[in-house]
Amino acid sequence: MAGKTVGEKILSARSGVDARAGDVVVCEIDFGLGTDASTPMAIDYFQAMGGTRVRHPERFAFSLDHYAPPSSAKSAALHDRVRAFARVHGIPLWEVGEGIGLQLMVESGRCRPGGLVIGADSHSTTFGACNAFGTGIGSSDLAAAMIAGQVWLRVPETTKVWLDGALRPGVAAKDVILSLVGQLGQEGANYQALEFVGPGAESLTMDERLVLSNMSVEMGAKAGIFLADHATRAYLASRVVEPLTPIEPDPDARYAREIAIDLSALEPQIARPHEPDNVVALHETAGTRVDMVFVGTCTGGRVSDFHQVLAQVEDSGGIAPGVVLVLTPASREVYLELLRDGTLVTLTALGAVVTTPGCGACCGTSGMIPGDGMTVVSTANRNFKARMGNATASIYLASPASCGAAAATGMLTGPRVRV
Amino acid sequence: MQIRLEGRARVLGDDVNTDYIITSARKRETIDERILTQYLLETLDPAFAGSVQPGDILVAGRNFGCGSAMEVAVTVPVAAGIRAVLARSFARTYYRNAINNGLIPVECDTSAIREADRLLVDLGAELTVRDETLGLTIAARPLPAHMLRILEAGGLVPYIRAHGGFAVTR
Repeated sequence: MAGKTVGEKILSARSGVDARAGDVVVCEIDFGLGTDASTPMAIDYFQAMGGTRVRHPERFAFSLDHYAPPSSAKSAALHDRVRAFARVHGIPLWEVGEGIGLQLMVESGRCRPGGLVIGADSHSTTFGACNAFGTGIGSSDLAAAMIAGQVWLRVPETTKVWLDGALRPGVAAKDVILSLVGQLGQEGANYQALEFVGPGAESLTMDERLVLSNMSVEMGAKAGIFLADHATRAYLASRVVEPLTPIEPDPDARYAREIAIDLSALEPQIARPHEPDNVVALHETAGTRVDMVFVGTCTGGRVSDFHQVLAQVEDSGGIAPGVVLVLTPASREVYLELLRDGTLVTLTALGAVVTTPGCGACCGTSGMIPGDGMTVVSTANRNFKARMGNATASIYLASPASCGAAAATGMLTGPRVRV
Repeated sequence: MQIRLEGRARVLGDDVNTDYIITSARKRETIDERILTQYLLETLDPAFAGSVQPGDILVAGRNFGCGSAMEVAVTVPVAAGIRAVLARSFARTYYRNAINNGLIPVECDTSAIREADRLLVDLGAELTVRDETLGLTIAARPLPAHMLRILEAGGLVPYIRAHGGFAVTR
């Protein structure tokens, strides 16, 4: 019998059966996330299912992040429903301004090696950066999980993504994942888990790993998992009290496919409107005029991302006339760090707009909506038509450094590399 | 259990994401699917919502329902009277959400089906699709057993009401 992948091991441990790719198993979850976008519906399902109590309230958390702050009384009413349910059932709640639930799940130490962490948010694959099996579900599954403490999952096949080499200056984790999404397409890893391994994976910081795990779902992946190493331990040291139990694949684990990427050979990438897999080398779009630059989201809203933006804008002497630079830290922790280290002071002085930590302008639910015909370049993960709330806007997806370069020059251009 | 559906084909393309089915910005005001039906598929075709009839069957290409896991992308078509979606393939979260809400996801070769064709979908011992207009029978991938049980119960709500939790045999 062949060995197991990380996904097979975690789902075996959580289901109590010898789980293999293709099996359907019922698993105990470690943690579950509901957001303001998914929890109101989950509450409706919970009540329709006859739910009276949440089985393990301490295993769940709700975040008010998509409508942060609410832009209408109706959005505010959705928040109040979430607050009331959380209060009655004793579920931890992250208020408006605390940040994106996905980021807070990671920061709070709920995503840890070997865990099964679900979220009623497709980008729950993000949790895989911490060697957890993180996957997205809908509101009805969240409701059932609150009642039963469980979720059923089909054990996925796994694609091994072997990362070799190290990123060159000016090239980012975002460029790695955009390149992979472009190569495999939006369905390229549907129903599969991705395992990111190799010396290149070890060379990535936690911020960078989170980007790859996050956008794994842009290929349809069920999970995007890294192995735990010194970087994982260092990140979780102050966040998790219990001893960590890293999960590694068996040497003879069976993979559906193996893909190798040489990080040192990559150049900056960009996804053109209106699909995240419409990817080309950034230089092919060079010179395209940009009206709005958005830095934030569960993909590109972390401390190091804003440092990249600052470097580009500072080196060029400021923000280009006519460009709106919108900055939305992924969490209050990120926000505070950027306040303390002066990043936001400098960028604000240069004319950037800083908004409430949360999902911001990503999906048109809070924050700035682009005007008719505007061209936007963003650190986010999706550029579907109308994604940011205006169907006539054109959205490009690029790395924080490339977004910074666009803010500085008013056009798409490769990031400047400091020598 | 035997489910037989008859309806008119409404043909869509590949990679129809959930934002195209119902945009994220619309559901910040309400999650009431009856209200949201007026915006169904508005980004792809502003006239679609006005032309949809109860019984219509969505027919798509590859990777239907990719993107966000938001469940209004299932409940809104259901509220519009759509009971089945035929596609070459589905994104995993959409497939789950469809089953959980009693919307039948049918994985089959949809390439021959044309707009407004009369379709028959039979879900019984096996899953079959017939395009009456073309006189064409299309083989469909059977639904996994555990999903069929949820679908047969009428969705996840009646399933959980009946069982109190999950009972899945391998």
